[in-house]
Amino acid sequence: MTTAHRRRSYGVKGAPYAFLLPATLLFALFFALPIGYALWLSFRKVHVSGLGLGSGARREVWAGLGNYTAAFTDSELLDGALRVLGYGCIVVPVMLGLALLLALMLDADKVRLAPFTRLAIFLPYAIPGVVAALLWGFLYLPDVSPFYFVLEKLGLPQPDLLDGGPLYLALSNIAVWGGTGFNMIVIYTSLQAIPAEVYEAAKLDGATPTQIALRIKIPMVAPSLVLTFFFSIIATLQVFNEPTTLKPLTNSVSTTWSPLMKVYRDAFGTGDLYQAAAEAVIIAFATLVLSFGFLRAANRRNKQDASHEGAR
Amino acid sequence: MSSLAVQKASSATGTQGTARRRPPLRGRIALVPTIALLLGAVYCLLPVAWVVIASTKSGSELFSTFTFLPGSGFTDNVHDLNAYRDGIYWRWMANSGLYAVLGALLSTAVSAFSGYALATYRFRGRESLFNVLLAGVLMPPIILAIPQYLLMAKADLTDSYWAVLLPQILSPYGVYLARIYAAAAVPSDVVEAGRMDGASEWRIFTRVALPMMVPGMVTVFLFQFVAIWNNFLLPYIMLSDDEKFPITLGLFTLLEQGANTPALYTLVITGAFLAVIPLVALFLVIQRFWSLDLLSGAVKS
Repeated sequence: MTTAHRRRSYGVKGAPYAFLLPATLLFALFFALPIGYALWLSFRKVHVSGLGLGSGARREVWAGLGNYTAAFTDSELLDGALRVLGYGCIVVPVMLGLALLLALMLDADKVRLAPFTRLAIFLPYAIPGVVAALLWGFLYLPDVSPFYFVLEKLGLPQPDLLDGGPLYLALSNIAVWGGTGFNMIVIYTSLQAIPAEVYEAAKLDGATPTQIALRIKIPMVAPSLVLTFFFSIIATLQVFNEPTTLKPLTNSVSTTWSPLMKVYRDAFGTGDLYQAAAEAVIIAFATLVLSFGFLRAANRRNKQDASHEGAR
Repeated sequence: MSSLAVQKASSATGTQGTARRRPPLRGRIALVPTIALLLGAVYCLLPVAWVVIASTKSGSELFSTFTFLPGSGFTDNVHDLNAYRDGIYWRWMANSGLYAVLGALLSTAVSAFSGYALATYRFRGRESLFNVLLAGVLMPPIILAIPQYLLMAKADLTDSYWAVLLPQILSPYGVYLARIYAAAAVPSDVVEAGRMDGASEWRIFTRVALPMMVPGMVTVFLFQFVAIWNNFLLPYIMLSDDEKFPITLGLFTLLEQGANTPALYTLVITGAFLAVIPLVALFLVIQRFWSLDLLSGAVKS
């Protein structure tokens, strides 16, 4: 009796660790170890003695902060960061603005075709970024695009969408197209969770649907807006697939257009793994600082708003 | 079609109506929201419609006829695609299917184990373990992929199926969803009752808890399936043998070659169209089983 009881309680105690063993092992092997290895590499470099011939002529030695100072003074990396910042300033507000607007429309009274439009707008989520960039890339090409066909027939100027300023719009459009539906669903779901009583008083007071949306709905879904903003920032800073896919179609996308493309080029194009590791660490760090900085700012504002409400 | 949509719409408002009883406003259709949603739908369907039509055009029609005018070359295009490098296109599709199905199944299993343990047991280090696992969501894929590649190279595993499959099994987001879902769907007294009956912890999990977690696990499976099917960076870094490419990487290399030879454009376009079909079909079939409210962490118990 006692041994059976002891065995059972031991089983209960050990069970959660056993259930978590696969996740922990995979985390150690494919998350923790690679991150540690990247950090280690970022402080290393190859020392070449003599002509670099023969065994032992190339040795790995400590680089200190050398790779980091090189990265911070690298104009290619800085330019890429600025490009992605500009790109993000278009993508994030437009995508989330559209997602919020469409979610409010879905939530409005007496909307027709809501299930169909909801599914249609969500559909791009199922399409890989590479295929999305490929589809839009062809739609941007003057030879095959319907937009150019229409512009030509109307005798209007036909801008080159794959160069200069319009390139930012062209790339942003791909991200907005791919991401709006997903974010719309997230916001719409939290709109659906608002209890009906919340609206009743406002409606009795004669508030219009627009007023209800602005004064009640948007403040109440603020947490999910913060969440979508947070994930959008992370995704935007890591843009890689879309510009890489457009690269064969235009000369304006360089191999270092975004910081991630630069890391890839340095690691596998020019073969400087140590430099690439330092750059990857910087990008990861910048991502964490920016995304968490945003979260903290959003939380602080929420608290302030709450205390204002309380004071009233 | 339209009557079906209306029927669906009315049933949707019907279920909403029980939750929120709103006084009737003037007019029968809210015009502005409906038009805005239709415009959104047109914008999202436009590239898909384009690729469907463009894939029916022969090489010469592609550049000469109006974009949204169907062509006559679909069967030829598919035939060319089949002939391209002895049908390697279908190999890419099969590879994508293998990576996505196997990876998502394993990922769902790992998420279910972890989510169940985190939701139902109280043990030392629970929250810190959960937070560490979640931190994985925030890591840029590139900071993982490059050292993963180097470590795989040391284990002599690069350019193999394992190199693409293994790193994608653990999904921090999947663990998070599984925990939320298990906490809401598996009552602790049911687990306790199982223990009273002398069932082992494993038996309680497989016979009692897992059936309750199925709807949530379907969602985790679908998320991970889409994530793996759409992944480009990891196979791009890990693979050089195009026999092992998934469809994303295959289409990309096809486009890279096609950029210099417009004759390959029709292949790329037809390939893109066929590559979109499986995922869209999967979506349409199972969207009703997909509890999207899990996304925002809202689970009604």
